[in-house]
Amino acid sequence: MLLSFTDKGLYCAAGDFYIDPWRPVNKAVITHAHSDHARWGHKYYLCHHYTKPLLQARLGDNYYESIGWNEPIYINGVKVSLHPAGHIIGSSQIRLEHGGEVWVVSGDYKTEDDGISGAFEVVPCHTFITESTFGLPIYNWKKQAGIYEDIRQWVTHNAEQFNTSVIIGYSLGKAQRILTAVAPLEKPVYVHGAVWNMHQAILSAGIALPQVHRVTPETTKAELKGSIVIAPSSAEGSPWIRRFSPYNVAVCSGWMQVRGNVRRHNADAGFVLSDHADWNGLLGTIQATGAERVYVTHGFQSALSRYLNEKGIWSAEVKTEYGGEEENAESGKAVNTAEE
Amino acid sequence: MKAFAALVHTLGTSTGTNEKLDALANYFVTADDRDKVWVIALFSGRRPKRIISSSWLSQWCIDITGLPAWLFEESYHTVGDLAETIALLLPPPVMENQEGHTLAGYLEQLILLEKQTDTIKRQFITSCWRQMQREEIFVFNKLLTGGFRIGVSQKTMVNALAKKINLSASVIAHRISGNWNPATTSFEQLLSEHNTQIDYSKPYPFYLAHQLDKTPEQLGAPEEWQAEWKWDGIRGQIIKRNNELFVWSRGEELMTEKFPEYQVLQALLPDGVVLDGEIIPAAQNMPLPFALLQTRIGRKNVTKKNLEETPIAFFAYDLLEYQYEDCREQPLETRRKHLEQLVQGINHPVLQLSAVIAFNSWPQLTAIREEARQRVAEGLMLKRKSSAYQVGRKVGDWWKWKIDPLTIDAVMIYAQKGHGRRSNLYTDYTFAVKDGDKLVSFTKAYSGLTDKEFAQVDAFVKNNSIEKFGPVRTVKPQLVFEIAFEGIAASNRHKSGVALRFPRISRWRTDKTPDDINTLEDLKKMLELYGK
Ligand SMILES: [Zn+2]
Ligand SMILES: [Zn+2]
Repeated sequence: MLLSFTDKGLYCAAGDFYIDPWRPVNKAVITHAHSDHARWGHKYYLCHHYTKPLLQARLGDNYYESIGWNEPIYINGVKVSLHPAGHIIGSSQIRLEHGGEVWVVSGDYKTEDDGISGAFEVVPCHTFITESTFGLPIYNWKKQAGIYEDIRQWVTHNAEQFNTSVIIGYSLGKAQRILTAVAPLEKPVYVHGAVWNMHQAILSAGIALPQVHRVTPETTKAELKGSIVIAPSSAEGSPWIRRFSPYNVAVCSGWMQVRGNVRRHNADAGFVLSDHADWNGLLGTIQATGAERVYVTHGFQSALSRYLNEKGIWSAEVKTEYGGEEENAESGKAVNTAEE
Repeated sequence: MKAFAALVHTLGTSTGTNEKLDALANYFVTADDRDKVWVIALFSGRRPKRIISSSWLSQWCIDITGLPAWLFEESYHTVGDLAETIALLLPPPVMENQEGHTLAGYLEQLILLEKQTDTIKRQFITSCWRQMQREEIFVFNKLLTGGFRIGVSQKTMVNALAKKINLSASVIAHRISGNWNPATTSFEQLLSEHNTQIDYSKPYPFYLAHQLDKTPEQLGAPEEWQAEWKWDGIRGQIIKRNNELFVWSRGEELMTEKFPEYQVLQALLPDGVVLDGEIIPAAQNMPLPFALLQTRIGRKNVTKKNLEETPIAFFAYDLLEYQYEDCREQPLETRRKHLEQLVQGINHPVLQLSAVIAFNSWPQLTAIREEARQRVAEGLMLKRKSSAYQVGRKVGDWWKWKIDPLTIDAVMIYAQKGHGRRSNLYTDYTFAVKDGDKLVSFTKAYSGLTDKEFAQVDAFVKNNSIEKFGPVRTVKPQLVFEIAFEGIAASNRHKSGVALRFPRISRWRTDKTPDDINTLEDLKKMLELYGK
């Protein structure tokens, strides 16, 4: 076993390093900058070039080293390379090769190219460790272009009634996609502080994004009339949001696929916009890797794993501590106060 | 069908009543007349007969998608709604229907299929699925499974119609009541504007009481007040005019057909009478728990069994019209005198007087109030003897003085995912009390937590499951809640030997540990005290 599943996270004994560990370790290879995967307290972080400024913004000063995609390095004789995961900016799958054995850790991934995060790459391997956030056949996404069109129509409809469109999405990843979706409308876009911080970090990585304004106590009502506001889920139902009145709220998340979740958010609209692979995306990827063994982590792991076994692909569930913040924040299960 | 699917979508997602009203009103302008008739029928509970079972629909979806049955089940547990699960699982349409069947078209087809074999039904339904978009499939499945709960009351629909046609809301409510068949009734027949008959069914607006927020002493002299039990039933008006009988509920829904027991009053009551009172199950002139009535309310057709198991009486407490004369301006004392004469004259068990409680002082009444629970009442009503019958929630003359609910501290032992709005969260819990060093489950309880608390409990459940049994998780007995309830009765269906009435979570006792919870002994004491 090139990787073992320990209580600190996925551990590569041959190379003496961890992947996305959830307890402090000496050496961590990080798939992406979401806080359930990139945690505080490691002595050394290895990640993609784009991920580094995001980690700096979230975790402060640490010893970071970054590499590009498809640029292998060796750690204690284990060949390590990063490959685009399509989940958020900088998100990477991690490929390990040692003694003729190849393992790939997917981190979080999305198979549709969103134009920001880099196009997902299938990496052939013997053992694949996949996420399963949306690992049920009820989750099948519409094409991004269609969803963006729906969002623009909704915003236009609100603006006709002089209402502000408040769009809720995770501050890293989703917020930038929402921004791209509404940019063609050429309306002023205001953002919550958490989105603003991520926006600045992404700009500092040298990636261009449409212009946004930060919502401050000085922002006037007149400026906000008919505008677009992007905010994380912590803003939902908070006093912060009331300043935009009259407004309509939409939530952008894969969980919006189920009607009950839209109602639970008490949102005016729910757009099924996800940064994770849907059911067919997961199955297609697993097949394309040619993996003989598939470990399934955070999400609907028992369902996906059982399904794979029945289809003749050896599979097992792995208990991890991922999905604590991001996926829950996305589903609205927990209010992410860290973002305030 | 597309327009109807869009309407259902808007009604399902819009958060305000006005938005729903506008969406419906708009639909009533743009839709085809045949479709309108069906929408009125559907939203007033007139569904076509169910022609196919859920298990067949599930099976056909499994056949089409090739998914294993357990994965279909798992999906259903996550979505919480069969019609929606199938809509999410089916592949997108191969070829979208060109002619686009109307809502009426589909429904009339379904009626024709009623007598057909399962094979023919299957052929029709699966071919519809193949031609429809997801939203349409969802709505179509809802028509098939009959569970149209989309958060629109009959009253909202009536108001939407009233916005667009030249008839008052009460006339519309009356016209769409009763027995009519949507397949054979035209919109013109149903809601013609030129049909200018007098609306004999029209109820008066209800006068509503406020919760007493002070001591009764602050109301003044006790002799100025009339006290009654506050019954736990459905507030209603019984109207006899033009030799016809009408029963209205406080939601201003015409419910005449739901209570066939009252039909005898059509012959017994004089013409031109309106009574205000409470619809309650009763036996030997005594009220029975409201829970019994709930089994009847939801049904479109009341069965013979319902009538035998849950006999209904009307407990009258006010007289609003007598000999076609509106008497709401008369003082309560006078109205009450006439009411008593009227009811006693009729002398039929289905029409009861809501008794006036004799008392001389407030402390005496306070003591009497303690008996409320034994009398299946929620507390007391206090009405100023000199008061007129007003409209709506006017403060000052009518007060409800409820008793506090019973409470017990218990620990959560099982959790299950909610349905609909909370389909992805563990929100349905089962609670236990202590019996020596064992835990005995005694009730389920649902509402009462905030969304934030639900999220926290949900996270706890996911991290502290001991066992998974179907959709139910056994969790570490650690979280303590205060359960409030309105009554307690002996039950041999429950392990604990008791059944609670309206159990709900009143608060999360984060300050307590499972060692501090109540015992089975405590429950049994309550049963002795209040359970009779
Ligand atoms: Zn992530
Ligand atoms: Zn993740």
